[in-house]
Amino acid sequence: MDRIENHPILGPRKSKREPVDFTFNGEKWAGLKGEPIAAALLAVGIRTLRRHEESGSPRGLYCSIGHCMECRLNVQGKGTVRACLTPLEAGMCISEGERLPNEITGRRLP
Amino acid sequence: MTPAFPFDLLIVGAGPAGLSAAVEAASRGLCVAVVDEFPEPGGRMLGQFHEEKGHWWVGRQVAEQLLDKCSALGVKIRCGVSVHSILRSGAEWVLKTSEGSMQARNVLLATGSAEIPHPLPGWTLPGVMSIGAAQVMANVHYVKPGRRGLIIGVNVLAMAISRELSVSGVSIAGIVLPGIGPITGKEASPKESLKELMGLAHLAPSPLMRIGGKAANALGMAGFVSRFIPRSGIKIWDIPLRLRTVAVSINGRSQVQSVTLADVNGEGAVIPGSQREELVDFVAIAGGLYPLAELASVAGCPFVYAEELGGHVPVHDEQMRTPVEGLYVAGNITGIESALVAMAQGRLAAATISGDTGLLGQHHDQEVQEAMQDVRRVRASALIQFRPGIQEARDQFYRKCGRFQREKNGIKEEG
Ligand SMILES: Cc1cc2nc3c(=O)[nH]c(=O)nc-3n(C[C@H](O)[C@H](O)[C@H](O)COP(=O)(O)OP(=O)(O)OC[C@H]3O[C@@H](n4cnc5c(N)ncnc54)[C@H](O)[C@@H]3O)c2cc1C
Ligand code: FES
Repeated sequence: MDRIENHPILGPRKSKREPVDFTFNGEKWAGLKGEPIAAALLAVGIRTLRRHEESGSPRGLYCSIGHCMECRLNVQGKGTVRACLTPLEAGMCISEGERLPNEITGRRLP
Repeated sequence: MTPAFPFDLLIVGAGPAGLSAAVEAASRGLCVAVVDEFPEPGGRMLGQFHEEKGHWWVGRQVAEQLLDKCSALGVKIRCGVSVHSILRSGAEWVLKTSEGSMQARNVLLATGSAEIPHPLPGWTLPGVMSIGAAQVMANVHYVKPGRRGLIIGVNVLAMAISRELSVSGVSIAGIVLPGIGPITGKEASPKESLKELMGLAHLAPSPLMRIGGKAANALGMAGFVSRFIPRSGIKIWDIPLRLRTVAVSINGRSQVQSVTLADVNGEGAVIPGSQREELVDFVAIAGGLYPLAELASVAGCPFVYAEELGGHVPVHDEQMRTPVEGLYVAGNITGIESALVAMAQGRLAAATISGDTGLLGQHHDQEVQEAMQDVRRVRASALIQFRPGIQEARDQFYRKCGRFQREKNGIKEEG
């Protein structure tokens, strides 16, 4: 998705953010240091942040402010985090939240 | 990192309420810390801007002013820290956070509000988000939520944020109703939505609130009016407000590709054969706000249900004191209102806490009374009101809560 470089009312972002590289599911991307992971991914057009643990259906961010837990994904060294609250760091290895083996959930979905 | 000493006051939430309280309490001599789980302080004010008497009110600027004052007064602000639990241990509170525990003699919960969803088929697809999420992405993180979106739900927030998105260059296909279902209820009907908008119309001079007036003018008198709402909708700031249209389902394989819309009659029943698809790449659901109050519950605070305030609200008196010793509330946790009211409530809570801590000396009563009057004044002149009749609802709420307060704290009931 497009970034807003110069907001018509708010102006440009006050503090300049440094571009950094990161990987998502093994693929290399660039984002801005300190912006939430969810924003960095949306800016490069990635909306699917996880697969539902049971059904495997794709899920993305919902509330963007830490309330709904829909955006959980994995960051190497940090474990499961909320993508909408976790600031992007240089070299982060990020992977989508995965579908879990059915033995763990113990339920069967159609 | 856990500080060795307990703070006089620990504030959960660095929004307008929490930051205003921090400034006021620190300037009265209390040792204050603020924690917030968002990466930067400012709360929901960071993404807000609206037109006011010809200029733009920008929430981020107001937040920056408060933050400057906080740092001058030595208020400790920790961001990126979530509070999970709150326990009373002797004369102190112990808060468990994602980064260790913190202790304080008094706690102010200023956790704000959260959004109510309107589930409908397809709403779990990536690209479906709450209206506030679209606001935060565009106005706080400077990333567009999509190229062309549809807003589902008609309320003040939907109108305000649609406008914000559209000035940022995001195309808005329209604002439509969620359709009557087991979760949405009657407020999703054209009649009720129109009533709500018109109830807010008296709040002019805010351009936002003139929408209600404009809708009313365009549509004629209330009551029998919804039958006459044009199916094509009416344009508000070039955004089609379609009060005769509902979203039936959100469609797409791995992300949002379209929304199926249908026309409804005045009561909200779908007109057969009116279904069609609108191509969009994101959908924002505007279901309204409710107070985010779990921590108050964990701390043992009782709740009262108040529809006009947005749902279950922790019991508190007009001075922002809960019946639980050393526990205070301010801002949207006490009911849904705008940022300026939250700020006035924060200042009031700080005055009350300073008074209870013995810092205000003999002028205690007077200062708290003045801060209370200030909240009422700000409320009366607020440009954005989420529900009509908010002060009456507040007065009723305080009367209901009076019983708890008398029993627990020996405080006389108001009014
Ligand atoms: C998504 C959204 C959009 C809004 N947009 C508008 C708008 O455009 N115009 C308008 O007038 N009003 C808007 N509001 C209403 C808004 O709530 C008020 O305007 C005002 O910001 C309320 O101030 P507050 O200080 O009570 O809470 P907030 O500004 O919400 O601040 C609360 C803070 O507490 C933090 N917090 C909550 N729980 C925890 C926890 N457990 N641990 C750590 N930190 C925590 C949050 O991260 C947040 O920063 C919006 C509300 C929401 C939820
Ligand atoms: S999107 Fe809701 S918690 Fe991150």
